[in-house]
Amino acid sequence: MAVIDLANPTRFLSLVQRVLPWLWGAALIVFIIGLMQTFNAPDDYQQGATVKIMYIHVPAAWLGMMGWSVMSVAALGTLVWRHPLADVAGKAAAPIGAAFTFICLITGALWGRPTWGTYWVWDARLTSMLVLLLLYLGVIALYWTAEDPGRGSRAAAVLTLVGAINLPIIKFSVDWWNTLHQPASIMRTGGTAIAPSILYPLLVMALGFTLLFFALHFAAMRNEILRRRVRTMRLIQAQTLAEARA
Amino acid sequence: MTPFTALVLRDMRLAVRVGGGALMGALFFLIVVTMMPFAVGPDLKLLARIGPAILWLGALLATLLALDRLFATDHEDGSLDLLMMGRMPLELAIAGKGVAHWLTTGLPLVMISPVLGLMLNVELKAMGVVALTLIVGTPALTFIGLIGAALSVALRRGGLLLAVLVLPLTIPVLIFGVSAANAGIVGPEPFGPPFTILCALSLMSLVVGPFAAAAALRFGLE
Repeated sequence: MAVIDLANPTRFLSLVQRVLPWLWGAALIVFIIGLMQTFNAPDDYQQGATVKIMYIHVPAAWLGMMGWSVMSVAALGTLVWRHPLADVAGKAAAPIGAAFTFICLITGALWGRPTWGTYWVWDARLTSMLVLLLLYLGVIALYWTAEDPGRGSRAAAVLTLVGAINLPIIKFSVDWWNTLHQPASIMRTGGTAIAPSILYPLLVMALGFTLLFFALHFAAMRNEILRRRVRTMRLIQAQTLAEARA
Repeated sequence: MTPFTALVLRDMRLAVRVGGGALMGALFFLIVVTMMPFAVGPDLKLLARIGPAILWLGALLATLLALDRLFATDHEDGSLDLLMMGRMPLELAIAGKGVAHWLTTGLPLVMISPVLGLMLNVELKAMGVVALTLIVGTPALTFIGLIGAALSVALRRGGLLLAVLVLPLTIPVLIFGVSAANAGIVGPEPFGPPFTILCALSLMSLVVGPFAAAAALRFGLE
């Protein structure tokens, strides 16, 4: 099925109907495996059991950033190809990405308290995640304030793309500004710096989180399409009522 | 006279005449800077240390607040529609409006900043450095703010929404502006790198801002 076929919301809804149970099931199974592996993973020799926060914290951070990438692709779809589902996809991804970013910040704070001795420091990575959350909230606010869904999503698409250009700059400028968080240790030149006994559960958890993200995203897109249908039906109803009275 | 200069002159004229708010930004800047010693206490040493940061924050907020009505008034009286239909590319027209806005709000901010610096116990030589970073950095604030102004006129919402959208995007400008100022005053880092990055940010926003704002207006008002 080509992407253009999905422009028909009914066809998309029937596809979601078929795919969504499998996605939920796959996410559940991967989470069960991942959590079991997480419980069996060794404790850190310095941090003890608190290192297990990482299995939530790191995938949440990845997905917080992936959410913005999904929104950027959707924004291109809205502005360039005018795909009718693209603005639905962008709008549905924003709160989910914001939620993952928020989870990342909260788990990071809980992890920071025993290991760094403080919930929050103005460190580069923490600050850039906080700015990402602020950008998410800005886009969500933009969606909220628009009366007409189409106009709101085009405005939000422009902001999403500007944010996509700015996020690396913010990241880099904040890195330059101050730092305490450890540097990248998984994707780096010269191979990973993490022992396999910790790395594999982490990757399984990341896969589970990704499946969860897409399950939530598809469900949110379905809800958004239905919400727009309800809105259109209400408008038609109000119109016919007004005409009947006149 | 080219359409571009005509537009810049028109916007500047509108800003300085009755109903325009050209000097309002400078007045707001003065008030924000005056409030700071009340909040942190009249400790002159402390004020001298955080002076550049206060001046930068004040300039940031003043620029942002002055941007709110940039496209809204043109939208209300219909001249925005003329600009969008005219032969001059909309991107260029928006850049012209940005230039006029900077000349009437950004430049006055830079010009009164040395006086405000004296009130904050920033030395005269250090104030030169701060003014230099401001004169290079404020165009970036204006041109990033253009995007927010265009988005808010397309949605007929203003005020706080503009600040919520634009402020996170200005973080790099603030970081490099303040660190260039601090490097120039106390060191020990060299002044060059943050200052050149600040220049780069300004030049980049000069390109990205008008295009993004034009896209927002086109998609929002069609």
